[in-house]
Amino acid sequence: MSNRYDVIVVGGGHAGCEAALAAARMGCETLLFNINLDSIALMSCNPAIGGLAKGQLVKEVDALGGEMGRLADKTAVHFRLLNASKGPAVQSTRVQCDKQLYRLAMKTVVERQPRLHLRQGLVDELVVADGRVLGVIDETGAPYEAGAVVLTTGTFLNGLIHIGTTRIPAGRAGEMASLRLAEHLRSLGFEMGRMKTGTPPRLKAATIDFSRLTRQDSDPDPQPFSFVTTTLRTERLPSFFSRTTTATHDFLRENIRESALYSGRIKGISARYCPSLEDKVMRFADKDRHPVVLEFEGLETEEIYAKGLGNSLPPALQERLVHSIPGLEEAEIMRWAYAIEYDFVQPTQLWPTLETKPLKGLYLAGQINGTSGYEEAAAQGLWAGINAAAAVLGRPPFLLGRDEAYMGVMIDDLVTRGVDEPYRMFTSRAEFRLLLREDNATLRLMDRGRELGLIDADAHARMRQRREEIAREIGRLGAAKIHPGAETSRILAEMDAAPIRNVVSLFQLLKRDEVAFDDLAPFSAAGWRPIADPFVKRQVEIEAKYEGYIKRQREAVAKLKALEARRIPEDLDYEAISGLSNELRTKLIRIRPTTVGQADRIPGMTQAAISAVLVAIKKREMEKAAAARSGSVRGSGREDEPAGRPAGRS
Amino acid sequence: MSEGDTITAVATPPGVGGIAVIRLSGPAAERIGRTIFRSAQGHPPPFATHRLYHGHIVSTVDGAVIDEVLVVLMRAPHSYTGEDVLEIHGHGGYLLPRRILAETIRAGARPAAPGEFTKRAFLNDRLDLSQAEAVADMIDARTERGLDLAQSQYRRQLAGEITALRDGIVDAIARLEADIEFAADDPDAPDAMSIPNRLQEIGREVNSLIASYREGRLYRQGVSLVIAGRTNVGKSSLLNRLLGEKRAIVAATPGTTRDFIEETVNIHDIPVRLTDTAGIRGATDAVEQEGIAMVWQRIDAADAVLLVLDGSESLTAADRQIVAELSGKTLIPLVNKADLPRILTPEALSDLLPNHRALWISAKNGTGIDELLQAVRRLFLSAEGDASTGMRITSLRHKLALEKASFFLCQATARAAGGGSPELAAADLQEALEALEEITGETADEMILERIFANFCVGK
Repeated sequence: MSNRYDVIVVGGGHAGCEAALAAARMGCETLLFNINLDSIALMSCNPAIGGLAKGQLVKEVDALGGEMGRLADKTAVHFRLLNASKGPAVQSTRVQCDKQLYRLAMKTVVERQPRLHLRQGLVDELVVADGRVLGVIDETGAPYEAGAVVLTTGTFLNGLIHIGTTRIPAGRAGEMASLRLAEHLRSLGFEMGRMKTGTPPRLKAATIDFSRLTRQDSDPDPQPFSFVTTTLRTERLPSFFSRTTTATHDFLRENIRESALYSGRIKGISARYCPSLEDKVMRFADKDRHPVVLEFEGLETEEIYAKGLGNSLPPALQERLVHSIPGLEEAEIMRWAYAIEYDFVQPTQLWPTLETKPLKGLYLAGQINGTSGYEEAAAQGLWAGINAAAAVLGRPPFLLGRDEAYMGVMIDDLVTRGVDEPYRMFTSRAEFRLLLREDNATLRLMDRGRELGLIDADAHARMRQRREEIAREIGRLGAAKIHPGAETSRILAEMDAAPIRNVVSLFQLLKRDEVAFDDLAPFSAAGWRPIADPFVKRQVEIEAKYEGYIKRQREAVAKLKALEARRIPEDLDYEAISGLSNELRTKLIRIRPTTVGQADRIPGMTQAAISAVLVAIKKREMEKAAAARSGSVRGSGREDEPAGRPAGRS
Repeated sequence: MSEGDTITAVATPPGVGGIAVIRLSGPAAERIGRTIFRSAQGHPPPFATHRLYHGHIVSTVDGAVIDEVLVVLMRAPHSYTGEDVLEIHGHGGYLLPRRILAETIRAGARPAAPGEFTKRAFLNDRLDLSQAEAVADMIDARTERGLDLAQSQYRRQLAGEITALRDGIVDAIARLEADIEFAADDPDAPDAMSIPNRLQEIGREVNSLIASYREGRLYRQGVSLVIAGRTNVGKSSLLNRLLGEKRAIVAATPGTTRDFIEETVNIHDIPVRLTDTAGIRGATDAVEQEGIAMVWQRIDAADAVLLVLDGSESLTAADRQIVAELSGKTLIPLVNKADLPRILTPEALSDLLPNHRALWISAKNGTGIDELLQAVRRLFLSAEGDASTGMRITSLRHKLALEKASFFLCQATARAAGGGSPELAAADLQEALEALEEITGETADEMILERIFANFCVGK
């Protein structure tokens, strides 16, 4: 038995599976460890993928050859396009999947992937020498060698479940925690912290009075996440809405001391955007009701996920809490709600490749980086897997900017700002969100996926064809002019549009809210042509509707690019730069930004400090140039390599 | 390396010297030059590098001539900063250079931060290492000076106002964002209906700040007053009285003051640029006619005119002609020589200037000068600005930023009222926010999400 691999991935959740698949597909012999091979890609919490901003991440993962979108499509039983009444940039797809089907589908994919090896086991330690990771050691003491190691430990790293006063060391209900690895990472000097998350109770469907609840059905005409998906399942499951009552709130307030969260037993940081019911009631005392959504966990199970009822009360009180909800008076709880604390590594210790700064060859992805969510995990897993493989194969690092992808925004936020609560993607975190839409993820990213070898040539060629068609049609509409006049006014009146006073192009006309592409058909004499491909048609419409805004954002992107192009040498001596406050100096030394753009985004950064850094870089360059002129021979940093790490590091 | 945008500043010290230089650096320097400069030959100049062209700066708003200037374009890399540099050499003083500066900004330049030209020169390798050290020190010093400035009364008060406005916008963005991010999760999600009203309110406050600029500008940049009147009514004596020293040549021979004299004097904290004009009369020789044409140009550009009459004589045809020609200008009529027997009657005065109350003064012994100073102050400060509590904007940069904020607030209000695309209203508000942040130099950063989490119960 050979114990030597190119890449070892520790943890087979949503991050780990993407990481392992990407590495193997890029040509690396890859080993994927999971504590239990039956819980590969298990959704620990709600049975859903996508959602606001998360849908964008899934589409991006898909455009880069990741697996999450395809499997979500394959196993989805309920589809919703969120914010359908708002603009395309803030629309996102959310699907409910059959939890077991999803897990099995991913298990099949990873098992059948060439060069990918699965091993049930627990990794306790890393093998480290000279600031580099050489492999891992499992709980039996067996060593495994690797060129790179990706840790995706999720909630398992020093995981501790709370149900009332009961505490159970576990990574998830019923599964053991990874305790020694947490200790080991601390001993290696990583700055670590503790987060808290939780999951609501699971109820038995047959004991719920659905007749008293509001039913929500799947969208009638669902769109898949993945560009490869051609057909969807036909089975659909509905959701049901209920709400908490004043009785629920009174009961919670009376018994709040029994809650693990409010008894001071939990030290981990909770996410404010995903509050437990205790938090909702205690922090927003003026609200007399909160929504409860019931979602089926799958086609072949009676289990119902009770979204909105997350808590850490003891079982007897959980039961009374559930029974205070309309429709749930008789509901039987199959799994108790619980809170779980786990360790994370402060992600400012990572380079933008997700490689750790202290240990070369070690990559972190998912909840270990302080994030939350399946989609955030998958995106980081893919990113870390690609970069681990790239490093082993001697290929350049893979990076995306804040202007290119939500993934780029998330990674930059993590490594530049760090986290002080579980990090979730929001569309408002992306300053260029009008450019970073679900609908154009393939157009934005498939070139990169193709370069990596993760997208096949046919799919890439089809995308390019579409992209060309979009540009061509936009050009055609821009050149197609119509003139004011009785006939024009009549046509416009028919589509409830105001008449024109000057010569305008059809593209300008399409900018109007009330005008759709096909409405312009009467102007075929001016140059309108029908577009057969609905994807192309939609892109043309969006480009027109958002035009002024897109232009503004592209200008802002150009400014950002100039700053991103200016790299900071890794060994820049911040101690020697005058004009930096102690606070900013400390931050710069800790984060070691790779570009001036990244430095600029460090919280609290000032323009004066950025100027001081620029001057220091320039001075260094001038000194070097002067030294070179005077005849001394010194190696120069590789200036053309992407800024995954600072310049000059080899 | 190019910093991307084009910066502009008045490169000469304010108010001193006969010539002021406005310098621009950046890729748009030439384009801006072409926009605001008209050569004396009437056609746009070829802008050959390092060549001086004679002509005028004209307003992009109404095409009016602002100043007669020489311009020179120094193309990259052979310039001080290593970028394209445009220099405009115009007349000195307070107002004209500021007006040219405003035109360059309107045409797309950004006001330069202190030391920014030097910084660019440095980044483009136009300075040597020792100069580089000096730049580092300068940037160092700048932070300290910035701190001093931040403690000044104006900065504190302005920061307070801007923070309040920013707060209102952040609140509106938080509502829009909560609607975007969480409405789907929660049927009881906060609605975005109240946003347009709030935005309108904020817009009104921004606009009243913009309106205060006229007053605030007085304190920062001062005003220009032209002393006008027929010959030998005592204009130069008045100038000297206001300056407190003898500058202009005073003699009893008409036309002694050739061309004009400019001096700056502080009147109740307002820097006032006084221009003493040659006596206006039908001049015969060409040089004098030229001088008189310049006088009228000055009068046109002035904020107000001190019209001087002679109280020891009856009105003359020249007096009447000047008053007629000054119609439409803001006037402070002064009857000089109150120390001499009064010949000029109140009836003749109210006949000449029916809507004005003339002040009797004596430039010789100082009678009525305090009242004159009060009148100047009252003229430029409105009643409400006079009560020292009202915030006044004194910087053109701040005013332009507020105008930008106002524009985007207006657009966002319309978007928010229309519904349907909260992401676009949010994008507009973000621009408004950034415009306000240009004033205070602070950024909102994570404020939006903080606000959402603090105010709304969101999440699954």
